[in-house]
Amino acid sequence: MGDGTVARQKQLILVFSRVWAWVFLAGLIAFFATSVNIQSRGGVNFLTIRNSQNILMAIVPVLLMGLGQTFVVIAAGIDLSVGWVMGLSSVVSAMVIVALTDRGTYEPLAIVIGCLAGVVAAIIPGLINGVIIATLRIPSFIVTLGMSFIARGVAFLLSGGNVVGGQPQGVRDLGNEALLYLISGSHGGLYFLRPPAVTGEALRQLDRILQWPVVITFVLLLIMLFVLHKTQFGRHVYAIGGNREAALRAGIPVDRHIIVLYALSAATAGIAGVLSTARFSGGSSIAGDPLLLSSIAAVIIGGVSMFGGEGSVSGTLIGALIIAVMTTGLVMLNVQPFWQYIVVGIVVILAVLIDQARDLIIGRMEAG
Amino acid sequence: MEPMLSVRNLVKRFGGLTAVNHVSLDVYPGEAVGLVGDNAAGKSTLIKCISGVYQADEGEIFFRGERAHFARPIDARRAGIETIYQDLALAGNLGISANIFMGREVKRKYLGGMVHTLDETFMNEASRKVLDTLNIHFANFGEKIEKLSGGQRQAVAIARAVYWQAKLMIMDEPTNNLGVVEQHKVLDLIGKLREEQVPVILISHTLPDVFAVTNRIVVMHRGRRVAEKRTSETNSHEIVQYMVGALDDTR
Repeated sequence: MGDGTVARQKQLILVFSRVWAWVFLAGLIAFFATSVNIQSRGGVNFLTIRNSQNILMAIVPVLLMGLGQTFVVIAAGIDLSVGWVMGLSSVVSAMVIVALTDRGTYEPLAIVIGCLAGVVAAIIPGLINGVIIATLRIPSFIVTLGMSFIARGVAFLLSGGNVVGGQPQGVRDLGNEALLYLISGSHGGLYFLRPPAVTGEALRQLDRILQWPVVITFVLLLIMLFVLHKTQFGRHVYAIGGNREAALRAGIPVDRHIIVLYALSAATAGIAGVLSTARFSGGSSIAGDPLLLSSIAAVIIGGVSMFGGEGSVSGTLIGALIIAVMTTGLVMLNVQPFWQYIVVGIVVILAVLIDQARDLIIGRMEAG
Repeated sequence: MEPMLSVRNLVKRFGGLTAVNHVSLDVYPGEAVGLVGDNAAGKSTLIKCISGVYQADEGEIFFRGERAHFARPIDARRAGIETIYQDLALAGNLGISANIFMGREVKRKYLGGMVHTLDETFMNEASRKVLDTLNIHFANFGEKIEKLSGGQRQAVAIARAVYWQAKLMIMDEPTNNLGVVEQHKVLDLIGKLREEQVPVILISHTLPDVFAVTNRIVVMHRGRRVAEKRTSETNSHEIVQYMVGALDDTR
């Protein structure tokens, strides 16, 4: 075999290992687009605006937690506390909003303060995580596991184990209204920012496009994409994950960076908590925990190495989309929902296998 | 001529163990000094005190004529002391230019300095240039460090030191785990550094390497400096005797 062919094969394998997740996602969408139609003749279709918006809403908390997690895992850590931290933030934001509106505070102001309070309530455990991990050198797995129990306890104590309801209308709007509204059909039209005043059949035809939680999440995603891949801050995340000692000796303020990363991870979970409060018009301490492992799965499917130093924001987006598309698609196929867990599990393991196979094959090519 | 580096009566203790025991050492411009000794002789502790990883318990360090206090490694690097460690101090997951500029990335400013991005173009070109001046050529410039050979990695570490205009280079076992050809390349680079008047402290177990590139050899044994010889006036047999404690000039 000539050198040219080997190089070309190597290139091919590298390209495949980079794009398989995109191809897989496209395949999934194509599969569900055709099969959902066939199975349910009642007119349910996978490729509808409404379904795409449902999928986007479904990935919001998973993606937000996954984004912070991406930074932490690239820096060779892990944050297991974000699930319950999200719940804590949800509870705190809801309680603050209720307390303020009960006292007659101007509603939008109460909502803004409540949202900020939720995020701050999340950042505090994040900072504590970071300080303990960076300065006392206790493994992040243990510190954040402990913090997840603490956040859980605090969230339950604050809420008494109940959903914190009594939210004003503005909260519901933040979680459910959208940038664009579309009414399909003969009297249809596209509306910007304000939902058209319609009733009856027209209301059923109304689609919300880019609901606020989705808009907020994608703005954050773009900012984090920029920070991780284009700035010195992001470069240092990779350097710390690749060789912490080297980063330290190169003068990178490693401890401070690690503290900021856990605060960031907690902050994204906090935003997820606030948006959960908004979406369901209530603060719930258990809002985040069921999604924690999905968010870590999204990070892994997206190609972030658990050993640190490898990964990308776009990978995590793809990972979150793959999970959401599979879950939604299987439900629409009338497959028992429990199958989704099995499929997600297989994909997580497959993702890591593909990366390892790539390194193995290329290693053999270079040796031979 | 004034010494570039002057270490006076340095002491470093770890609990009850005195790892470095009143060691003095001068290094002049254009010199390559070999620092040799058996395991646990205190060589690595001594250079870690010089490069700011450890703080000495007693004694003084003068660098370029001034009293130096290096609280952290970056302080020593900023002053011009570059250390190439046994474990290389490179991040394997990053590329060549990212490593040369690690911790000192060049940035481009936007929106009146509000937003900074990495100036990859500048860093790539500057890296290529410094590698060229050292006559180091990579067929795989874009690769991650972990894909490079041991000798190539040493070359990157040396290029980093040269780019940042090191005034003193400390190399801890730079030829360890290298093939013969690559060992020679690294030794050539040490020669190049001397030509550019950058003094080098070379720590090595490989005495032929030490004899090949140094002009002076300092021997340590159990934390003390037991001998200092001109390379031209000694031989490896004598140095080994000092290393194992059979000879001791301080006694």
